[in-house]
Amino acid sequence: MAQSESIINSPRRKIILEKRSGLLRIDWAELWEYRELLYTLVEREIKVRYKQTAIGVSWVLLQPLIAMLIFTAIFGRMAKMPSDGIWYPAFILTALLPWAYFSQAITRSGTSLVSSANLVTKVYFPRMLLPLSAIVSPLIDFLLSMGLLFGLLMYAGIPLTWKVITLPIFILIAMLTATGVGLFVSATNVKYRDVGHAIPFVVQIWMFVSPIVYPVSLVPERWKLLYGLNPMAGVIEGFRWALLGKSAPDPFMMGVSIVMVIAVLIGGVVYFRQMEREFADII
Amino acid sequence: MSEIAVQVNNLSKRYTIGARREKHATLRDRLVSGASRLFGRGTGSEADATNVMWALRDVSFSVKQGEVVGIIGRNGAGKSTLLKLLSRITAPTHGRIEITGRVSSLLEVGTGFHAELTGRENVYLNGTILGMKRAEVTKKFDEIVAFAGVEEFIDTPVKRYSSGMYLRLAFAVAAHLQPEILIVDEVLAVGDADFQKKCLGKMEGVADQGRTIFFVSHNMQAITRLCKRVIYLEDGQLRLDGSPHDVVKTYLHSGLGTMAVREWLDPVKAPRGNAARLWAVRVGTEEGQYSDQIDIRKPVGIEIEYEVLQPGRKFRGAIDVYNEEAVLLFVAHEADPAWRGRIRPPGRYRSIAWIPGNYLAEGTMIVNVSLDAVEPLDYLFKVRQAVAFHVVDTTDGDSARGHYAGPFPGLVRPLLKWSNEQDLSVTQER
Repeated sequence: MAQSESIINSPRRKIILEKRSGLLRIDWAELWEYRELLYTLVEREIKVRYKQTAIGVSWVLLQPLIAMLIFTAIFGRMAKMPSDGIWYPAFILTALLPWAYFSQAITRSGTSLVSSANLVTKVYFPRMLLPLSAIVSPLIDFLLSMGLLFGLLMYAGIPLTWKVITLPIFILIAMLTATGVGLFVSATNVKYRDVGHAIPFVVQIWMFVSPIVYPVSLVPERWKLLYGLNPMAGVIEGFRWALLGKSAPDPFMMGVSIVMVIAVLIGGVVYFRQMEREFADII
Repeated sequence: MSEIAVQVNNLSKRYTIGARREKHATLRDRLVSGASRLFGRGTGSEADATNVMWALRDVSFSVKQGEVVGIIGRNGAGKSTLLKLLSRITAPTHGRIEITGRVSSLLEVGTGFHAELTGRENVYLNGTILGMKRAEVTKKFDEIVAFAGVEEFIDTPVKRYSSGMYLRLAFAVAAHLQPEILIVDEVLAVGDADFQKKCLGKMEGVADQGRTIFFVSHNMQAITRLCKRVIYLEDGQLRLDGSPHDVVKTYLHSGLGTMAVREWLDPVKAPRGNAARLWAVRVGTEEGQYSDQIDIRKPVGIEIEYEVLQPGRKFRGAIDVYNEEAVLLFVAHEADPAWRGRIRPPGRYRSIAWIPGNYLAEGTMIVNVSLDAVEPLDYLFKVRQAVAFHVVDTTDGDSARGHYAGPFPGLVRPLLKWSNEQDLSVTQER
């Protein structure tokens, strides 16, 4: 019988459950085994997002478009915010898209465990998949909205250069930062629901300490090191450099950002692993 | 086949009751308790912290590959905790579990179902959540849909499904899991009787394929039918571990489990006297279905099937009904005017005692049955704990409970005739 054959032939892994496991031991083999669940969770999130909406996926383009108009009107026109000589709509949209991705990723991953509490208490899978799927799913929105940005650049007559191919690096930095933060926030949210309430404020503050509505040249030189602690500053500068021909991001600042990303990521993973075993009991 | 699939050693699980479990701790609570500790006051939260409950204590057993193990026990005995530990949802406080093989657990039907998604999308979603590969789901897709009988609606969002369709589809996905070790909580308690029968059949099929199964149920019939071994938990500890026959018997004698049908096909083992022998005792509804789950509003019939062996005798059946606290609620002798005082010639008889609806309270009812020959009196047999059933209130609002969902004491639960009137002859005081 084919079915019983598959039982006998499948490699049998031994799982040992005890009180405590290692600090930073990630079971990579297991994560790999569950990769299809990650696809499924991402797919679920994307499908559910625009169900029963009249204009559906158009929201992906409409949201940044409206945001761009508002920001241009307020910061570009009324506040006369400098933009290093770049046309303000292009200046702001180039920053808004990676930022929108990042804020979506941390907001959604931050609440991912709690909003899927029924899964956490009823079935086993590597818990990390929930925040991870929330990090991955807004990428689709991001990629679609990049079309809008390229259209705008074409309209403004800003030519694309070879630098475009470096964009994935900056997106990767944004993803890794969001992963570190998302793991930390989602695990904390399981125990302290306060986190859920705090996320919107943190995102808002974070937005204003990132060079989105203003250029990084506005930041005084002596604050640059501190400013670099925010990896999103490097990401946004990178985007403007790659697409708008602005000067390259300060390598020192980028270095600080990358160290920071790695620290946040490791911290997030360790913390998540630590909290993980209690999830089902306290969620 | 003698390979060990699951080895459990000194397994314990502790829960902290109080602030942490009842409500979600907020940072504020933490700050407040920290502050009060600082000022040497407020032992309240510390008392909470020491308020621990051992859901499972020092449980050890080992299960060989291919064994089908039933887990029984009263609510709160630790069954669900054990399943959660085995399925890795929660971690042990002490002790160790070794599992060899791929595990799937089924603690709830339809875990991860999303109302907005279609039946098709949910089958994939639920399948992968339960541990299937997408290719596996694709392969079994038609079979799953056919099993659930929802072919026409498979591309409709499940929020438009009836609850029956929803449950059938959810169970169908679960029923097609093919792990090496399957952990199943009381999921057969869904759907109508026919669907339950189908599910039980499916489970038997799974068991026959040499898979290791853990199966929790209150339904002793299902347990004895499916399992080769039963573990009986009491207050978080392993009370008995053995053959279904012995363990279920002990369990039923402790007045807990339910069993709607008992049959004695072997004449040697059947309770008997010289004049008659017992064939079966059954619990059924007016619709003619045997069931251990009885709607509080509906009459329940206790059926005694026996064979008269001697000619020229008169008989009198009787039932004693106990509740789960072993309080005798009542005794009822056979009172059928058509047969009272009549000689019953040899042959098969069925006596059914109808307990009216809206009479018994909720909970487990245990029934002793007996048959006596009369004139002259001759006690033929008495079977203690012959059958047991659960009386359930669906809280639809038309029982004595109404819509009230809280604790509702009392030995019986009659639905009384209430009348209300407003007295219009007095003027209202201001």
